[in-house]
Amino acid sequence: MPRDRTTRILLGALLVLLGAGPFLPKWAMFMLNVSLSWGTVVLGMMLLMRTGLVSFGQGLYYCLGAYAAGVSYAKLGIGDIAVMLLASTAVTVAVSAVLGLLLAKYRDIFFAMLSLAFSMILFGLLVKTSELGSTDGFGLSVASVAGVPLAEGWDRYAVFASAVVVAFGAALGMQRYLDSHTGRLAGAIRDNELRVEYMGASVRRVIHLNYVISAVLAGLGGGLVGITIGHVDPEMAFWTTSGEFVFIAILSGTGNVLAPFLGATIFETVRSFAYEYSPNTWQLVLGITMLLVIVFLPGGLWSVFTRRRTP
Amino acid sequence: MNQIAAILIDGIIYSSWLFVIAVGLTLIYGVMKILNVAHGSLYALGAYAATAFGGYWIAQGHPPLGSYGMLVVAAVAVGLTAGPLIERGLLRLVYGKEEVVLVLVTYAVFLILEDLTKLAFGVDPLSIPQPYGLLGSIEVGDLIYPTYSLVVVLLSVVVGIGLAMTLNRTRHGKILQAVIHDREMAAATGINVSRVYLVTFTIGTALAALGGALTAPTISVQPGIAAEVIVLAFAVVVIGGLGSLGGAALGAVIVGMVRAWAVHKWPEVELFSVYAVMAAVLVMRPKGLFAVPEARKI
Amino acid sequence: MSVILEARRLNKSFGAVTAAADISVGVQRDSVVGLIGSNGAGKTTFLNMVTGYLAPTSGSIHYGDRDITGMAPREITRLGICRSFQIPQLFDNLSVRENLRVGVGIAARCARAGGHTPGEAGEIDTFIERFNLGGYRDQLAGLLPEGVRKLLDIAMAVAGHPNLLLLDEPTSGVSADEKFRLMDMVMGALKAQGVTVLFVEHDMEIVARYTQRILAFYEGRIIADGEAQAVLRDADVRRHVIGEELHPGRAEAAGG
Repeated sequence: MPRDRTTRILLGALLVLLGAGPFLPKWAMFMLNVSLSWGTVVLGMMLLMRTGLVSFGQGLYYCLGAYAAGVSYAKLGIGDIAVMLLASTAVTVAVSAVLGLLLAKYRDIFFAMLSLAFSMILFGLLVKTSELGSTDGFGLSVASVAGVPLAEGWDRYAVFASAVVVAFGAALGMQRYLDSHTGRLAGAIRDNELRVEYMGASVRRVIHLNYVISAVLAGLGGGLVGITIGHVDPEMAFWTTSGEFVFIAILSGTGNVLAPFLGATIFETVRSFAYEYSPNTWQLVLGITMLLVIVFLPGGLWSVFTRRRTP
Repeated sequence: MNQIAAILIDGIIYSSWLFVIAVGLTLIYGVMKILNVAHGSLYALGAYAATAFGGYWIAQGHPPLGSYGMLVVAAVAVGLTAGPLIERGLLRLVYGKEEVVLVLVTYAVFLILEDLTKLAFGVDPLSIPQPYGLLGSIEVGDLIYPTYSLVVVLLSVVVGIGLAMTLNRTRHGKILQAVIHDREMAAATGINVSRVYLVTFTIGTALAALGGALTAPTISVQPGIAAEVIVLAFAVVVIGGLGSLGGAALGAVIVGMVRAWAVHKWPEVELFSVYAVMAAVLVMRPKGLFAVPEARKI
Repeated sequence: MSVILEARRLNKSFGAVTAAADISVGVQRDSVVGLIGSNGAGKTTFLNMVTGYLAPTSGSIHYGDRDITGMAPREITRLGICRSFQIPQLFDNLSVRENLRVGVGIAARCARAGGHTPGEAGEIDTFIERFNLGGYRDQLAGLLPEGVRKLLDIAMAVAGHPNLLLLDEPTSGVSADEKFRLMDMVMGALKAQGVTVLFVEHDMEIVARYTQRILAFYEGRIIADGEAQAVLRDADVRRHVIGEELHPGRAEAAGG
């Protein structure tokens, strides 16, 4: 039995969710899928925030991951969940490895703006690409997972289980990473880049690595959502989507790998119900909540925003 | 030859519109160091207000030409109400926090205003076509343009020159420049920085609303225009350099021309061309073209 | 005695301002050298050039037999040059122990990359003990008293296992009665390792007590270079750095 509480909770959640899965009503499974997927995206954002960076463009990789899964189905005839997610990973690694070289040179507002710009570039590209359905996007479905064909009625559970496993793996992996030397450098960089360089470590290298990790997590989340909903569209790359990820990240805080999943679940729940009962005020609720958190709960925020860089 | 003229004129028209929209944003950032995401919402409010005021004016049977004046009135009204409300009511509470936190605060305001606007004006598209077609059209060679566009261009020039002269020739302008360059020093010399903030934010809001008011006659005003505009304004302002008036003008021209070229020559990239330019500029000049230089504080 | 650091005809100008003019100096291994001079005289500029923060306009810097002119700070650190800062550069949101943990961790990995001697396990506690930081072990660096912050900053520099240690005003911001204690501690901690030390100081008592050799800077040039006591008595140094004494009798006492 692992010693620390977080790992025990993660393991417990994994077992409970997988076990309870077949008995969950459709709507609950759907909401959990989305919550776990978005939690994965925000987990990546959390890593970036711990490094002192706020990305306003995670939608880029979220959308890329989704479309990678979608294109695998629509253009390559692949209906395997595992292969789709692999495609998501491959695409996001490739793009982020390149873009990261550039973005690692920016901080603060400019990092946020540049990341936003790239996500909007993808949005613009997709909207004008008729082969991919333009603004309508296109649909996808799954028939197997890791080569095992899905029996009748088990496809939904397979997607759910995939989301649970990915989220679990991501959370556990992140926890181990943050506990390692390179993971600890994130907080050091956020606090004082100069000192990190003057001890002999490369700030750019760590930021680049963390950027790629966050991109992959966003891509996995996007792939999972695409598979869950059975549809992908360019809106996933629009800046407001990225904005929602930022909101959840703020709400969750950066204290623990469980936080993003909690925050995403709360967000998803509130949004679904608020949207159903009062579609014209849920953004109002969101905005006010955000302000309250920023003004009164800097405890969740302070660790992100008390940075000191080159004097 | 004709196409080049068309691109140029389209570019000028679009640039003028972009300038009016973006200049308030860069002004607010320059003075207050806040990148106001809600700028798009204030633009939308201006559009809605213009529709309401203009529609009322015409419905009352007043001379239709006066509805142009109503556009400006609408913008000023929004500026004078929303501006101080947001600045005094909310921003005061968060001054001093990090830049990125302030962006998130304005993002929250954007969310709030999205719904408040929906609640106030409904979700159905509104329009006020009247003043638009009123002045007829002008011909440039083979090309026909609505005279309204000329009005927009002229107005943007007036705004630009007016702001430039105010900043450089008047006492108030000099005070603003002082705050832009070093807020602490300005305060130390007795400048009421708090009041400068209020005035600046109000003016910036009014300018955003003016952009919306000017656009109202040409589009159907509906929820969602705020989100589209804000990223365009960002692109213009970031390209030109945050806080620079000249930068906003240059950024507007660049974005306007690029988009006009894309629309005519390569429509597929129209949407993403703006952001591609933004990314390209940031790569070459990480702080934009005319960024206000920051003294290094060692 | 070999020369560990050599500057050859270093020049640095910022537009019309000359921060360093034709600086040539060699530092012997294992020596302790003080850099004095009024503000703007060029001491910190010299330090900044040696540690890679600034690139000289012309001239070269040699570490051992290696030309390190214009190298990045990170690379220079990996070669064995570490520094502390005038304003302590710490990880404010980490505890003292965590600060050192990061520092020692980086240093250990630099060693693997081919730098200087690797660290052992338990090093963190060794440094905490040597610099008397035990009482502040778990406190956040951002909340420490200034003197302790300075100590930690220096400890971080020493944690890098340097062969050449540069300290920028180690006792500035530290209360008068704490200064000697701090320097005693630092020098004591360094005695265990063979380290060459250069430090910038404004407090002449400190310089007199701990250095064997002093370099005096004025307007970007070195105006005096020699045995500590001799430099402190030098007329030019008196005029431009220390200041003339109104009571010559007292001056002798202070310098002696």
